[in-house]
Amino acid sequence: MTVLAALAACKPPPQSRHIGDQSTMARGKQVIAQAGCGACHEIPGVAWPRGKLGPSLMNYDDIGFIAGSRPASIATLATFVRDPRSVRPDSTMPAMPISEADARAVATYLYGQDDD
Amino acid sequence: MIDAVWGWPPPVLDPAGPYADSVTLLAWVLFGLGVFVSGVVVVALWIAVKGSPGLRAKLGGEHAVWIGGIAFPAVVLVALLVWGLLLTASLTRPISGEEMRVRVTGEMWWFRVAYLDPAGNTEMLDANEIHIPVGHPVVLELESADVIHNFWVPNLSGKMDMIPGRTNLLRIQADRPGQFGGVCAEYCGGPHALMGFVVIAHEPEAWNQWVAARRARLQAASSPPAGAAARGRALFMDEGCAGCHRVAGTQANGLAGPDLTHVGSRATLGAGILPNHRGTMMGWIGDSQSIKPGNRMPRYDMLSAEEIEAIAIWLETQR
Repeated sequence: MTVLAALAACKPPPQSRHIGDQSTMARGKQVIAQAGCGACHEIPGVAWPRGKLGPSLMNYDDIGFIAGSRPASIATLATFVRDPRSVRPDSTMPAMPISEADARAVATYLYGQDDD
Repeated sequence: MIDAVWGWPPPVLDPAGPYADSVTLLAWVLFGLGVFVSGVVVVALWIAVKGSPGLRAKLGGEHAVWIGGIAFPAVVLVALLVWGLLLTASLTRPISGEEMRVRVTGEMWWFRVAYLDPAGNTEMLDANEIHIPVGHPVVLELESADVIHNFWVPNLSGKMDMIPGRTNLLRIQADRPGQFGGVCAEYCGGPHALMGFVVIAHEPEAWNQWVAARRARLQAASSPPAGAAARGRALFMDEGCAGCHRVAGTQANGLAGPDLTHVGSRATLGAGILPNHRGTMMGWIGDSQSIKPGNRMPRYDMLSAEEIEAIAIWLETQR
């Protein structure tokens, strides 16, 4: 009984992920599929394709930096997806032909994955 | 902007032309008859188990057998057979001379496309994409280079096998402009499920422009590219790409893989499976095996990202 009371008193762990609303997450997943991001990246929730040319995006919610250089944020990731070289000039990823809103949805989706 | 691959996978109950209309109507009639017959069977079962003695006697009588067991199926099946044969004949009737002709060859695991002139000579080569004018019947000459494939673009027509050593004819027609996805509908090994194509139907004016642009591309002397495209072109020739792929106007003349003369203007990559932009093109060049496992293009992951991008930039200019 004491143990249970002690457990109940525990605070939940701090929320480490950005949780977007369901429709944004769904849109992000759809954009990823349509743009073919999987041609180069392994992406959680995307069964095919799982390209190995670019870095894997599994566990992306735990990655602190975007392209190893900028602190993680939805806005920066959205900018990176549309024009990687504006964030990191030597990135080998080409610009993606998607709208700004779609890029934000993609970023929201990637940060919203809890695949630990 | 990413609308390239949609049309894919293709919707099967959304006919966009007369040949698909007739197939869809037959499909619905078959479905309706199936429901009707199932209903009759359920009612008969109910009568057999729970019906009054009079009804059960009728159900077991000679009349019921003659009508329900012999006359009805004989009439319905003969009618369906005749209808089906006539429908097939209308989809496959020979070339009258007026129609546009396209030869489509099934390959493991993509579609070779050749536009033919009225005499049957090849005018233009392409792959995995067939452009047609709205409102005109197009006769496809379906062949195979290796195993049995099957050509199916559900919006525009029925299915037809592509058989080695044989030419099967199939008519398609689109009555509205748009992009219609197609698939290989016969298991042909390996990444069969990733063997697709698109048919793009143009309004008459857009169609004329498309034909003119293609002819101009073939007649223009290929001007030497500059910058990254020049490097990409040199890499394409040196790294072995030219051994399998043909690009009109260059020394690249390989026939093992898809013709890349117009690859920059194609809607899809990898035979209908990915939208075509620089990102997917680089992914495909660098490691197509992780996208379409078992396809016949080797990995080129020994190239640097800059080299892969240069090749992609050059290919984008091939329109």
